[in-house]
Amino acid sequence: MRLRTVWRKLVNYVMFSLTGVCALVTVGVLFFILGYLLWHGGSSLSWTFLTHLPTPVGESGGGMANAIVGSAKLLLLASALGIPIGFLGGVYLAEFGGQAFSSVVRYTADLLNGVPSIVMGIFAYAVVVLPMKHFSTLAGGLALGVMMIPIAVRSTEEALRTVPLMLREGALALGASKWKTIATVAVPAARKGIITGIVLDIARVAGETAPLLFTAFSNRFWSPGWNQPTASLPVMVYTYAISPYDDWHRQAWAAGLILLTLVLAANVIARWTVSGESAR
Amino acid sequence: MTALLVHQLYINSALPRHKFGFQFLTGRTWDPVNGDFGALPFIYGTLVTSALALLIAVPMGVGAAIFLSELAPPRISNAMTFVIELLAAVPSVIYGLLGIFILVPFLRQYGEPFLKRTLGFLPLFQGPMYGVGMLAGGLVLAIMVVPFIISISREVLLAVPTEQREAALALGATKWESTWQVVVPFARIGIMASIFLSLARALGETMAVTMVIGNDPRISSSLFAPGYSIAAVIANEFTEATGDLYLQALIELGLVLFALTIVINGVARIFIISTTKKGSRL
Repeated sequence: MRLRTVWRKLVNYVMFSLTGVCALVTVGVLFFILGYLLWHGGSSLSWTFLTHLPTPVGESGGGMANAIVGSAKLLLLASALGIPIGFLGGVYLAEFGGQAFSSVVRYTADLLNGVPSIVMGIFAYAVVVLPMKHFSTLAGGLALGVMMIPIAVRSTEEALRTVPLMLREGALALGASKWKTIATVAVPAARKGIITGIVLDIARVAGETAPLLFTAFSNRFWSPGWNQPTASLPVMVYTYAISPYDDWHRQAWAAGLILLTLVLAANVIARWTVSGESAR
Repeated sequence: MTALLVHQLYINSALPRHKFGFQFLTGRTWDPVNGDFGALPFIYGTLVTSALALLIAVPMGVGAAIFLSELAPPRISNAMTFVIELLAAVPSVIYGLLGIFILVPFLRQYGEPFLKRTLGFLPLFQGPMYGVGMLAGGLVLAIMVVPFIISISREVLLAVPTEQREAALALGATKWESTWQVVVPFARIGIMASIFLSLARALGETMAVTMVIGNDPRISSSLFAPGYSIAAVIANEFTEATGDLYLQALIELGLVLFALTIVINGVARIFIISTTKKGSRL
């Protein structure tokens, strides 16, 4: 009996320490990634890197200005497509929508969210690149935009659901139409949640590489307008990392650092706003 | 939208589907030059790396989730969860970058020789050691999916009513016994769902795997051997594909991948809906 108690306590301690180790290791990975990128990327980061075009193979120096602008253009396009559709879809799900139909829509949105990003790339390829017969910023924007929709739908819907019913009833009692209630009361009240969701959404697609490989392709020069292939940060990281040149490897680290910093900063800010909100 | 997606994939893969039929899925040769396409090596590579990833990630993830939900004080638990959610937001190219420059050299120099010495009698750990290969692919995937398993499992574990724990403790169980025999079984469906979701992610993950798997369409029993995954072959060969048949064979691979992940995701969502009732959030 005595021995058994000791044994059980021992098992208790050993197993819980093991779970603690698991958690620590996982958290450690993030700091490892950050530290390593800072160490490697920080040294090759410079003003030239941010403002110059890539140099031809063999010449050192040069930068990724075109990739940074390219990423920004792609994200702009994707947002222009994904945010309105996602936002309105979310409003519909939360405010209108019958039980059965909205649960079908919700389920589909979740499934769409789980579709591998590379399949999205094929989709954009089939819809835009094949008819146009060349790679373009437009196609890349479409691929990313479609990826944004499901998350935008779900986050908008959830933000709207947290708005108390009483606020809506108050507006309706004052004689506002349903549409007026949503536009002037419910949406402003859920503003913070909606914006947070969208920022997280943009941060997520900003790091996507796979769908861009054969839609926006890549480009070693500036890409004028929306109709040409364009470079983007994630694709640059990829092509530079698998290249055999040391100088390119250094630039891949630097580009990775920029990308990671942007994505993590967006995440931290967005999440802080949310937790500040819920604490109040 | 989803319907349109399926439609496009289906139409654009008609050519190889008619030419090869179901042999597309079982053919072992991938020879673009002669127009002979079989998808088996890619399906094999995808499944092996994903299985390996889950084998590592599930115990890690569930363990960490138990720690965060049952043991850690709320402050620490919240801080760690925050960090873990950030980890889930790291773009996959970054994982690939670290995979190429840290994991692969490490495996080539230390990891694989060690495995060969200790477990070399298994066919899994034989053959030449390149560093890149299915082992590296599986490891990178494992690191990538752990955050997902943790954050979903933690939420499911937290949803277990406190009374359940109190009852077990009142019966004289130690804290671990109450966790393992009462709380975890209570949350088991949710944990299963988190595993399925991360499986779907692992199957569809492209960049990180492409960068470390070695990209060689062969089936071999050793984990050290370079392999190829469905997503990786699409990423690598799509822009170079010449001829309609080649291109459409790749699109059909995309369709296969799509079908796989949809089925797995669908199952996981149903699990989640049945446990949390509202089924939202995740």
